[in-house]
Amino acid sequence: MTVKKTFGIETEYGVIHRGVSDPNPILASSLLINAYLYAHSPADKGPGAPRPGWDFVHETPDKDLRGFDFPEAIAPEIEAHLVNAVLTNGSRYYVDHAHPELSAPECSNPLSVVQYDVASDKILVSSMEAAREVMPPGQEIVVYKNNSDGKGNSYGCHENYLVDRETSFDQIADHATTHFVTRQIFTGAGKVGCEMSGYNRSDVPFQITQRSDFFEERVGLETTLKRPIINTRDEPHADPTKYRRLHVIVGDANLCQVATFLKVGTTGILLSMIESGTLDQKIRFKDPVRALQQVSFDLALKDPLELIDGVTTTAIEVQWWLYGQAEKYVENFGTENIGGDSALLVLKWWEKVLVGLESPNDLAPLVGVLDWVSKKHILDGFQDRKKIDSSDVQLAAIDLQYHDLRPEKSLFKRINQEILVSEEESNFAIKNPPEDTRAYFRGKCLEKWPEDIVSANWDSLVFDSGETNLQRVPMLEPSRGTREQTEDLLNSSNSVSDLLERLEDNK
Amino acid sequence: MTEQEKRNRSFSSQSESEEDIEVGSEALKNSGRIKDELDGLLDEIDEVLEANAEDFVKSYIQKGGE
Repeated sequence: MTVKKTFGIETEYGVIHRGVSDPNPILASSLLINAYLYAHSPADKGPGAPRPGWDFVHETPDKDLRGFDFPEAIAPEIEAHLVNAVLTNGSRYYVDHAHPELSAPECSNPLSVVQYDVASDKILVSSMEAAREVMPPGQEIVVYKNNSDGKGNSYGCHENYLVDRETSFDQIADHATTHFVTRQIFTGAGKVGCEMSGYNRSDVPFQITQRSDFFEERVGLETTLKRPIINTRDEPHADPTKYRRLHVIVGDANLCQVATFLKVGTTGILLSMIESGTLDQKIRFKDPVRALQQVSFDLALKDPLELIDGVTTTAIEVQWWLYGQAEKYVENFGTENIGGDSALLVLKWWEKVLVGLESPNDLAPLVGVLDWVSKKHILDGFQDRKKIDSSDVQLAAIDLQYHDLRPEKSLFKRINQEILVSEEESNFAIKNPPEDTRAYFRGKCLEKWPEDIVSANWDSLVFDSGETNLQRVPMLEPSRGTREQTEDLLNSSNSVSDLLERLEDNK
Repeated sequence: MTEQEKRNRSFSSQSESEEDIEVGSEALKNSGRIKDELDGLLDEIDEVLEANAEDFVKSYIQKGGE
């Protein structure tokens, strides 16, 4: 049985603190986020006002965070007390493993995901500006939206998809592996060099993805070492009897809107096809981890990938098959569970991109559409103009600076990119939540009663209405809590007590 | 193989041998214009690229994340 897809992206950003002799990325990340919160607190609430923290009750049994303190000094070990906040657009903004991380709110369709992804990047840009105001001259915090430092350290851009609990996890793992290995041809953000042991940079002047070097297992629970293509984390943040949340760690962070759109849109359709059992065959690689790496190294997009029965195929062939399956699925089942009209746009772009990738010697039409192609376009042009070797450090610098989020420094921003979401739409998404998921209720409550919300989680809010006991409001259905369902209730409630009473009455 | 055939192909051992893949006729953008824009793009990049590439790359270190 298919469930209506809910999507979410969480991005760990790279962070560099310039102008200090001994940079501490945890401190820098905290400073960055706190500066944003101070600068963007509601007009009538001062900077010292308590801000809702993330409720760790269901994540780490002993911890329950409230508000935040501007850090004087933070010992790296005290991770549990690091700044973390919930924003009025329903997202979570916090420090994770020495990176600023932004978990965008739940979205009902891939176009909305792009809207909130662009907004997330804008929040990071605003954070850099806010940090600049409070730091001494000569210091600067710079944020990068990429997945590797070129020195063997990687950080992720994770996708989350709501899936039917009844669907066999083995089926999900098998089919999703096929897609994750091959979708790299349009999700890859490109990288100069290779970080697998035994390789030198000169061995691999350029590869299609940032992340494939770091994957060693087919399936597993790990996220920070021996990373698996399929992550088995079971934390649905929703009704656990009905839902599973597929937590995907294998993708690259994308700047091109179409790349983000396709990454999430194609995967959403794939999961619906798995749920309904409509895929007409199973394509299994003999060694999926090897295949993942092969695809990343193969700029000509024609390397034969070995399947379990000895037959070979290519990444493009597999994607064409998936595309055909998706077309059939939409014909038979419509788009209601896969994001509505935007699913048709996914199909349209999926086809366009595959057609473009059929000519790997002339990928100019995909500049501004796919990140690896855009980056390679810059690298090749620069190498040509300067007459430098592919091992020249300037190329590694370009690789990194492509992802610099400062508008005046970002190399990505110099490219003419294909836009799916308008400036107005992404600006709206900075402060306002999506209207068609539970993020709406979360974001609007935070906007209206920030001082009365003690803490929040994806699937609940904890209110302090002045009574002896705090009140937890469960939000176990990701598509319940929408504007349509709750706007009147929110507008007609003058206080949290009021709201809670009405919620009780509505039961 | 036509595009329709590509979508319907089976990946079992009975597959026919491959033919040359036909390029889709739909052009996404004007390739020529892209190449002309490259010079302008590279000029811009020259202006904003980190002054000391070696130092920049060397000092770009991150802690491992998820």
